[in-house]
Amino acid sequence: MTTAGELPDWAAVLTAMFLLVGAAVTLTGSLGLLRLRTFYERVHAPTLGTTLGTGCILLASIVYFSAQQTVPALHEFLIAVFATATTPVTLMVLVRAALFRDRSEKADRVPGQEAP
Amino acid sequence: MSAVVMAWSIGMAQILLALAMACAAFRLLRGPRAQDRIIGLDTLYVNAMLLLLTSGIRSGRTLYFETVLIISLLGFVGTVALAKFLMRGEVIE
Repeated sequence: MTTAGELPDWAAVLTAMFLLVGAAVTLTGSLGLLRLRTFYERVHAPTLGTTLGTGCILLASIVYFSAQQTVPALHEFLIAVFATATTPVTLMVLVRAALFRDRSEKADRVPGQEAP
Repeated sequence: MSAVVMAWSIGMAQILLALAMACAAFRLLRGPRAQDRIIGLDTLYVNAMLLLLTSGIRSGRTLYFETVLIISLLGFVGTVALAKFLMRGEVIE
């Protein structure tokens, strides 16, 4: 916190707002991971943190470092593109694996199966 | 004024992200099946990445971005490898 004194007020307020919103949304997603009951409900919750939470905190970082005039905001866009590209791949592979396990064990309440 | 606002909001955001990491760690330790543990691990690394980003804003240095990129790369590869192991029983065929 050595250089924050030079920051203009609007940039500080904007950064603080994006930081708090992003952290709160991420906490909401993780609470959903903790509290929902089945795996197929739980897998939806953390994507709040990976999309909106990551986006808000990266925006806060972009505003802060652009107002400080130290770096262009290239790194943050790289992280945003990478997070956007990898999250759906991860979750689809994981849900396919879970479906495969549940179907091969003939578990009940597997989505996509008709009730007998 | 801006220093006070920044210090307060960064501290608050770090507390919230640490609570989110605690939720994910609880699901990682407790999860009834292996896929619950994997989704807990995935959430844990994403939250750690965001916590490192806020640490980077607090310190005012750009060194943390490389760390965040490496964490996101290795976390993605690790989660996909674990999911593939659940599906097939081996990672590299």
